[in-house]
Amino acid sequence: MRFDLRRLSLGLGVVIVAGLAIVAVIAPWITPHDPFLQNLDGRMIPPSWMEGGVPDHLLGTDQLGRDYLSRLIYGTRISMLIGVLVVICSGLIGTTLGVLGGFFGGRVDAVVMFVITCRLSIPFILVALTVVSFVGSSLTVVVMTLGLLLWERFAVVARTTTMQVRTLDYIAAAWAAGCSRTHILLREVLPNILHHLIVVATLEMALAILLEAALSFLGLGVPPPLPSWGLMISEAKDYMFFSPWVIMIPGAALFVLVLGINLLGDGLRDRLGAARDA
Amino acid sequence: MPEPLLDVSGLRVRFGQNVEAVRGVSLAVERGQTHCVVGESGCGKSVSALAVMGLLARGATRSAAHMRFDGQDITNLSERALQALRGDRMAMIFQEPMTSLNPAYTVGSQMAEVLARHRGTPKRQGLDRAAELLAKVGITAPGLRLGQYPHQLSGGLRQRVMIAMALMCDPELLIADEPTTALDVTVQAQILRLLQGLQRELGLAILLITHDLGVVARIAHKVSVMYAGEVVESAPAADLFAAPRHPYTQGLLACVPVPGRIRRGDPLGSIPGTVPRIAPGFVGCGFRDRCGHARPDCAGAIPQRDDGQGHRHLCQRAA
Repeated sequence: MRFDLRRLSLGLGVVIVAGLAIVAVIAPWITPHDPFLQNLDGRMIPPSWMEGGVPDHLLGTDQLGRDYLSRLIYGTRISMLIGVLVVICSGLIGTTLGVLGGFFGGRVDAVVMFVITCRLSIPFILVALTVVSFVGSSLTVVVMTLGLLLWERFAVVARTTTMQVRTLDYIAAAWAAGCSRTHILLREVLPNILHHLIVVATLEMALAILLEAALSFLGLGVPPPLPSWGLMISEAKDYMFFSPWVIMIPGAALFVLVLGINLLGDGLRDRLGAARDA
Repeated sequence: MPEPLLDVSGLRVRFGQNVEAVRGVSLAVERGQTHCVVGESGCGKSVSALAVMGLLARGATRSAAHMRFDGQDITNLSERALQALRGDRMAMIFQEPMTSLNPAYTVGSQMAEVLARHRGTPKRQGLDRAAELLAKVGITAPGLRLGQYPHQLSGGLRQRVMIAMALMCDPELLIADEPTTALDVTVQAQILRLLQGLQRELGLAILLITHDLGVVARIAHKVSVMYAGEVVESAPAADLFAAPRHPYTQGLLACVPVPGRIRRGDPLGSIPGTVPRIAPGFVGCGFRDRCGHARPDCAGAIPQRDDGQGHRHLCQRAA
């Protein structure tokens, strides 16, 4: 087999995402310490390979003496959870709207397009900030806000692909075989646009994770003491000149996760596209 | 004479305000017989078939004096009742076997699905029936094909699968819209032979739409020649080929090279001009601008001529 950079990047994406997902699931069993346990005697201990580090705290401790590795591991959970929940929420909204618009066309489509245009003209970060500062920050609020605002790419992709699929012969054949409209939408159209939606889902998941980190950084995301990576970066920014690792470690984690998801998405797009063309 | 299985009379289809694609088409398909509808592209033959199935796109309006299927008028049948009919008692196969199967499902599950929808048959029994039909349409190793996806099959195989799928519920009428056009010539012949065999075996009535007179000559019992949304001539197949009456039919037949009848070096026939776009309210013969026999009264109402033995044509000339 030829050495293929694309194949490699898909593989890398799968390894990163799957690895972090496993870490998120088994977090309680692999964390060396309680991520919420404060120890004011052992604050800002550097990672164990640096001067002043201790082997007990592999990645050191934060400004309240909490074990940094444990918090990082629990942060994986938050990021993954938010990514998945937001994608489910926005995927449902966007796919429904897009498929309906693309399938029925005409007036329905005009309404869907209008709603999409409206959504695109909403300044996303500002609305998210306003909503969260009004309602108060919690995991649910962050998921709902992001989920309700991030669906437009699903809608656009679902709409255009549905339009393409709708005119294909096997849809005509399904009508001729006596299928109902619901059946055609759910069983004939949806499975054939799913591979496009999966790619969108990965991109949206990466975006959701970054936005959650941004909101948490601004203090409007996941409330402390929950160990969100964005919150960890935010808490660390006061110490970054003296102890740069506190900001670099969660930053690197965020980078790796988002990179992994994007590699996965790109790889899937190539693979699924190729499988279709075969 | 028994009542035909499908009896359509005065079918009209309009697209919007400006195009009338089908203008008063009447067709009768007898049980166990093949009725071919021939005509060039855009003459309204596919639209007529879709109109019978109630499958016209939005924006198309349909009217008919009557459309009877097995004695029941289906002109004003509800969508739900039509759904129950489609795929069950009247099935349809399409021109493009490459794209007429859903790429997301295996052949077997698509086929079993038809039976599950109309009869509530469990999947396992549906698969047995599918395997049986695949064997019947001449597919070897049906068990293997059931588990395959459409992209793993060749065009000829897919058209066979489409035919087998159409037969799942034992339909009485099979509407075939250019079923052989996309296939290469040897496969075409196989598919036509298959359709004939199935017809003899199952007593199927077939409404076959084609632009290929070779196909018609091979398989048809009766032929309707369509031009610009009208049936300009209809006759038993042998009769039509022996003594075409309408100038358009004569022109069409002259376009087909027949070994033995056309000598080397002779010019091959052609019909000058193109099919006109017919707006509602059009009167007269749609073919008059291209016809060598046109005369002034061709712009008026055209009489329907009938020789009393099922050979009808629409023309001012008495033939």
